Amino acid sequence: MKVILVGSGRTLYFLGQTFVAQGHSITIIDRDSDDCLKLARNLKATIVQGDASEPSILEEAGARGADIVLAATESDPDNLIICHMAQSRFGVPRAVALVNDPDNQNIFRKLGVDAISTSLTVASLIEQRAAFDQVMNVIPASEGRVMISEVALDERSPVVGLRLADVQLPEDALIAVLNRGSETLIPRGHTVLESGDRVLVVMLTRSREATLFKLTGQSS
Amino acid sequence: MSSLYVIVVGCGRLGAHLANLLSRAEHRVVVIDRSEAAFAGLSEAFSGFRVEGDAAEPGVLKQAKIERADLLIAATQRDNVNLMVALVAREAFGVPHVMARVYDPAREQVYRELGLSTVCPTLLAGEAFLELVHEAMSQGGAEE
Repeated sequence: MKVILVGSGRTLYFLGQTFVAQGHSITIIDRDSDDCLKLARNLKATIVQGDASEPSILEEAGARGADIVLAATESDPDNLIICHMAQSRFGVPRAVALVNDPDNQNIFRKLGVDAISTSLTVASLIEQRAAFDQVMNVIPASEGRVMISEVALDERSPVVGLRLADVQLPEDALIAVLNRGSETLIPRGHTVLESGDRVLVVMLTRSREATLFKLTGQSS
Repeated sequence: MSSLYVIVVGCGRLGAHLANLLSRAEHRVVVIDRSEAAFAGLSEAFSGFRVEGDAAEPGVLKQAKIERADLLIAATQRDNVNLMVALVAREAFGVPHVMARVYDPAREQVYRELGLSTVCPTLLAGEAFLELVHEAMSQGGAEE
């Protein structure tokens, strides 16, 4: 995918590094010239120096053919305008703003711009991780309506020893992946769950409590 | 005209001037600025409220009771802040009239398309100067 990242500093550098490692083609727009030099030396990415809320800079960065624009500057107004411009002027199919003020997450969505709040995301991850110590890597998806969690089963779990077909999970939850030792497999109805298994569960957020209770035998 | 509830964002030269005029015309005015020092630009007769804070934070707009505002004027030094505040006021808080100052003519175009009322000092000054130039030239031409 062709990705345009806008921002500055270490966050942007590591974001860029992550995207490059995943094999995407990256263009970075950064206002700061020192930043740009460092990025150009250390990343396999195209670097454009300038203010990305200027249409000409977005154009220079190739916005017209981009699949995603991610606006992650320290200024929420800049992020909003960049995403707006990318969508309305250059027809970028997906523009995402990283908002600094969590209150702006909903507001941006009302304005038609996809928004992610780092602080809200981190806070909710920590909160959910703290609630169940057997539950790890909770990932929200589909605007938070879906949760993906990894659950470690131990001998206290009421589902250990059962075939997957006999585990009665809530309707809108699914055990999608099973990690057993160093092996990872997609479990079937006949797969028997064992203590020490780590399962990946995909579920609607509203069924999270019930699902995790079913799997761990504990409530938060 | 009946008294309006007006929020002025940015208390620089333009913001302070507008706030003073609107307050003198007996409108209820709230001025928002990030820096308390900026409020020094308000006249002694200014009878409105001051809110210190960043108007790009919805919490600050709520503090200014934005949901009651009849009109919001975004007049900070930064185009993007003005545009965002104007959009947020209209779309998220339902303020019936919003106006923004925008310095960059390229951006003014985009926001006119969005239906925001914008004032671009660069374009206005450009037009005024051009008019003066034409005047000077036609006078010069007449003398020849």
